[in-house]
Amino acid sequence: MKNFLALLLTLFLGYMIIASLSNNEAFPKYGEADVSSRVSQRYIDRNVTENPGEVLYGEATNLESGSANTIAAIVTDYRSFDTLGEVTVLTVSALGVALLLGGAKQSRIELNFKPNFMLRVGSRALFGIILMTGMYISIHGHLTPGGGFPGGSMIASSLLLLYLADDEFRANIKGVKVIQSVAGSAYVIAGLLGLFIGTYFLENLLDTAVLGDLFSAGMIPIIYVLIGFKVGSEISRIIDNFLTEESV
Amino acid sequence: MDLINIIEIIVSILLVVMAFLAINSKSLIKSVMYLSSLSMLAVVGFVIMKAPDVAGTEAVIGSGLVTSLFVFTLLAVRKVGKEQ
Repeated sequence: MKNFLALLLTLFLGYMIIASLSNNEAFPKYGEADVSSRVSQRYIDRNVTENPGEVLYGEATNLESGSANTIAAIVTDYRSFDTLGEVTVLTVSALGVALLLGGAKQSRIELNFKPNFMLRVGSRALFGIILMTGMYISIHGHLTPGGGFPGGSMIASSLLLLYLADDEFRANIKGVKVIQSVAGSAYVIAGLLGLFIGTYFLENLLDTAVLGDLFSAGMIPIIYVLIGFKVGSEISRIIDNFLTEESV
Repeated sequence: MDLINIIEIIVSILLVVMAFLAINSKSLIKSVMYLSSLSMLAVVGFVIMKAPDVAGTEAVIGSGLVTSLFVFTLLAVRKVGKEQ
């Protein structure tokens, strides 16, 4: 009976959502939206402040945002201040976890399971591959989909694999703390440099080079690598806090 | 109907089925596995909807970190339950 009522409620809510969104002017059908009349088109054409004409991959130089990946251009250039806020939210949540679960004299939590030979060897083999993929995604954030947040999470999940493989393993938490602080501070310092040398906070000071090159887009790859380090170290610390307990 | 439409429909139906199984399965570890496969299907959905950024994040967080965190929690909780 309870399940039946839940089903009815779900169907009713689903019907309400579909009925309110179909025949809605603000919500066109998938693939039929007129993007050219929206703000996003200006980000794609890079003509928010100036008009560079046609933007060609591999040829266009000196654009107002030189990242080939438009999402990276928005996240770390046009709306970089929002990203700083996002990183701060992650920092505060990691701080909260450390406040609740962290403490002196920590040792690994005792799990009801012992890793066998296959798991140990397989995890060690996969660790390097996952770590390198995470690094690659962070560094190529301005060219390919991904960037600092997925890349950093991948780095953290490779560490988690090591935690799974060895029930005595603990990451070098002091080093993780140093990386976390340095990366976070460097992001703010990069922003302040823009304020002091240039005109506004988080201004892209460096040359943007050719669209689509690895060494292009000025500050965007630097900031994305910093975000990758920051997110990776923070999530690693959260994982470490979850998997350790105060030894009695 | 294109192949991509058929995949879309299959993925959408499987999403709902996996969500139902994740809520209603009796064993907790099975529930976590259904949740993980739900995330994996959501990744396919995001790629079809041309959002590879979101798909990458969902793959790492949804089916990687969250699943392993749940599994670790289950392993840690059972031990205490047995002792009591």
